[in-house]
Amino acid sequence: MTPFLEMREITKTFPGVRALDGVSFDLNRNELHALVGENGAGKSTLMKILGGVYAHPQYGGEILIDGQVQRFNGVRDAEHAGIAVIFQELSLVKEMSVGENIFLGREPRRFGVVRWEELFRRARKLLDDVHLAIEPHTAIRNLGIGQQQLVEIAKALSHEARILVLDEPTAALTDAEVETLFGILRKLRERGVGMIYISHKLDEVLRISDRVTVLRDGRTVGTNVTTELDEAHLIARMVGREVGDIFPTVDHEHGDVVFEVRDMSVWGPSVTSKKLVDGVSFSLRRGEVLGIAGLMGAGRSDLLMGIFGAHAGRASGDVLVDGRKVKIANPADAIRHGLGFVTEDRKRFGLVLDQTILNNMTLAGLKRISGRFVTNVDAESAAGERAMKDLRVKANSVFTVANTLSGGNQQKVVLAKWLLTNPRVLFLDEPTRGIDVGAKQEIYAQINKLAKSGLAIVLVSSELPEVLGLADRMLVLHEGRLTGEFMKANATPEKVMACATGSQQKAA
Amino acid sequence: MSDPVINVPNQSPTASDLVAAEEPVARQTRIGKFKISTEVLRAYTMLFALIAIWIYFDYSTSHIFLQPRNFSNLMRQTAVTGVLAVGMLMVIVAGQIDLSVGSVVGLAGGIAAIAQGWWGWGLVPSLLAGISVAVAIGAFQGTLTAYLNIPAFIVTLGGLLAWRGVVLGLTKGETIPLRLQGFKSIGQDYSGPQLGWIIAVVAVAAIIWSTLARNRARKRHELKVPSLGATIARIVIPSAVVVWFIYMMNSYELEPGRRAGIPIPVLIFLAIALCGAFLTRNTTFGRYLYAIGGNPDAARLSGISLRKHTLAVFCIMGALAGVAAIIYTARVGSASPDAGGLLELDAIAACVIGGTSLMGGRGTVFGAILGALIMASLDNGMSLMSVQPYSQSIIKGAILVAAVGLDMAGRKRT
Repeated sequence: MTPFLEMREITKTFPGVRALDGVSFDLNRNELHALVGENGAGKSTLMKILGGVYAHPQYGGEILIDGQVQRFNGVRDAEHAGIAVIFQELSLVKEMSVGENIFLGREPRRFGVVRWEELFRRARKLLDDVHLAIEPHTAIRNLGIGQQQLVEIAKALSHEARILVLDEPTAALTDAEVETLFGILRKLRERGVGMIYISHKLDEVLRISDRVTVLRDGRTVGTNVTTELDEAHLIARMVGREVGDIFPTVDHEHGDVVFEVRDMSVWGPSVTSKKLVDGVSFSLRRGEVLGIAGLMGAGRSDLLMGIFGAHAGRASGDVLVDGRKVKIANPADAIRHGLGFVTEDRKRFGLVLDQTILNNMTLAGLKRISGRFVTNVDAESAAGERAMKDLRVKANSVFTVANTLSGGNQQKVVLAKWLLTNPRVLFLDEPTRGIDVGAKQEIYAQINKLAKSGLAIVLVSSELPEVLGLADRMLVLHEGRLTGEFMKANATPEKVMACATGSQQKAA
Repeated sequence: MSDPVINVPNQSPTASDLVAAEEPVARQTRIGKFKISTEVLRAYTMLFALIAIWIYFDYSTSHIFLQPRNFSNLMRQTAVTGVLAVGMLMVIVAGQIDLSVGSVVGLAGGIAAIAQGWWGWGLVPSLLAGISVAVAIGAFQGTLTAYLNIPAFIVTLGGLLAWRGVVLGLTKGETIPLRLQGFKSIGQDYSGPQLGWIIAVVAVAAIIWSTLARNRARKRHELKVPSLGATIARIVIPSAVVVWFIYMMNSYELEPGRRAGIPIPVLIFLAIALCGAFLTRNTTFGRYLYAIGGNPDAARLSGISLRKHTLAVFCIMGALAGVAAIIYTARVGSASPDAGGLLELDAIAACVIGGTSLMGGRGTVFGAILGALIMASLDNGMSLMSVQPYSQSIIKGAILVAAVGLDMAGRKRT
């Protein structure tokens, strides 16, 4: 029997990265097929290809439904073929009603006039199908995340979707909501809908799925019937690769404790009762690289933002620099106390893209480099050119505009910005995301060099090998809590992953 | 241990490696065999547009347009919009907008006129009263925007209505004449030719000194020093413009044998333009404004207080609206309750024509001044040509949209 959906030898490259490298995947009717892998393994990219987000010639390989080759020119084509993708960030219009959202762009109409009665009648029926007892007139913004998720599923059903893709559907749900969702998914399976289920929560994957495919580094590791698997197996497959090859093994010499965080908690900016970080404490020595691992949403960035006085929500806890308690209410305070923060997402948080390399490099340390009020272009240029040489930024001059640079060079500019504030403690949040291998290695070399010169470094990365390879010591976060701490010598990917998925608490 | 590059399988370059390794180039545009940066090209385009407009009007008005008398007048007309445009440029660069400046000009001018007319205050207290009110309004609107997070568009739209209402209420709808001759002088008098030439000499000396000082500093920091030819060009061209400008101003004869010199409003405008250019280009404050407008998140994480800077920029805007109000009232000779209407739009248009992005983070004082000159030149030239007021409006509107359209098209290409 040919499978209902078949994806053959899918490849996809982005500038500097090969995201998918010959991935094959199939799905039967009446099946829930889970897709697991570390952050960046290629799951989302694969689903974007299936959903038509990356249109036909932008990838290699073939998609077949019922044995017919499909070439999607866009999301619409994929929808027509019966594919509905529910992404992690829900795509509902908050100010519109449930009914309007379900039929957005496909409102039942006659002579161009929307037939509201029919729309809401059909919406109500779809809501019944997903056991959502709300009026279709309700505005989306009045619904909880779990309910919104169900609206998304109702919307998919309205397309008469035969293939439903769910990307981390339970990330924001309570246990009770998860149960409701699973009930609905099982019912859909009976009705002949094929489902692809992406999740980091391995216990849930094992409970609900029929088969599991593991992706790693853009390749398929293997596909198994779920009953043959257990959590340890899965973790081994997700992380199982040689670590250390591209990392120079350097033992950093550690000095005194320069930095300490005690009982740091951070609350959500909009849902103020939700704790994103819950009572995390750690200390850091001169010349030490401290890694922080965890899955997406574990609160790693929230922790750093909270310490740095930059989190949109409330943060509490003590920060000590050189054993003295300091008050950090905003990033300016943090910088004054010798903290630097290479934030994740350099385009959003790191760079003023329209401005020159020089202006970006000197932004955080401008008063130190250039003068308290009147600036000194020449002093700045000299500092900028030195930094450019030290970090090997490839560009014509310091006056090149930042958005023309490749990702790796942009990252070096952000790093230079913080080094020019003369920090004693440097936070690095995903410093190598989306940059090519060569630039990665240069950043790794820099990290080791900086540690050697006495800088204390906190490294957050979703790439486990990176943390394992560079950090002298590592912390693992799971849902805002510290669930593990390892020295370099006894950290293994399996142990770390077990703490990160919450299946093991406080090891080592 | 020194070489971290270990064990990369398959050293043959892939397509992505080549892309990453390619030298990134600053945005440039080719003209014939010359390559110049797009930023510079944009500034020159505006300059050439202004010169083209002047030549066209001069030709169409049988050389009345560029006669010293009209040229002096044109500069005087530019002063009020120009002063406002300098403030507006800073507001827009910081990612904000101020729609209230026209009404603030009306109110500040009204207060100053009332102070000297009804309350019998002296010149300086009257002027300070007008300017202080404008600064206070700026501080108030800045606080609402920065600390209460009300969008500047809304705050100042409210201001546009409210402050106009306050003027109408205070003046009871009357036009208040200026009693003090000293007040009128601010809008109507001239520097005299001697002061004009002194300014020219000082300006040329400053140009020479700053160019040479910069070359020395570059040498000290081991940076590339411009060639002798480039250095000379950097001295001669601006100096020539300064000398020509002063010459034109001084050639205007108020009556036979009495030469005018620079109009006082123009003197004030030039001083403010210089301060504005210095503030935006050569201070940390200015740099922070560009960063805040360009990427507020990055600016905040770099330790820059968005609130303080937003408040400050609205205060500056208020102060400049106060100065503009004084010039405006003095030039007209009285404060009428509807004074300054639509000036906010002129100021915004000047900035936008001068290449300022309404999204924030982009724009120069020089460009805003060119924009103000272009706007004033259109008004002046079309009036000389006896173009009907309704046509003038249509043409100005079309030029504003076309200027930004060209700018966007140019941006996309690069």
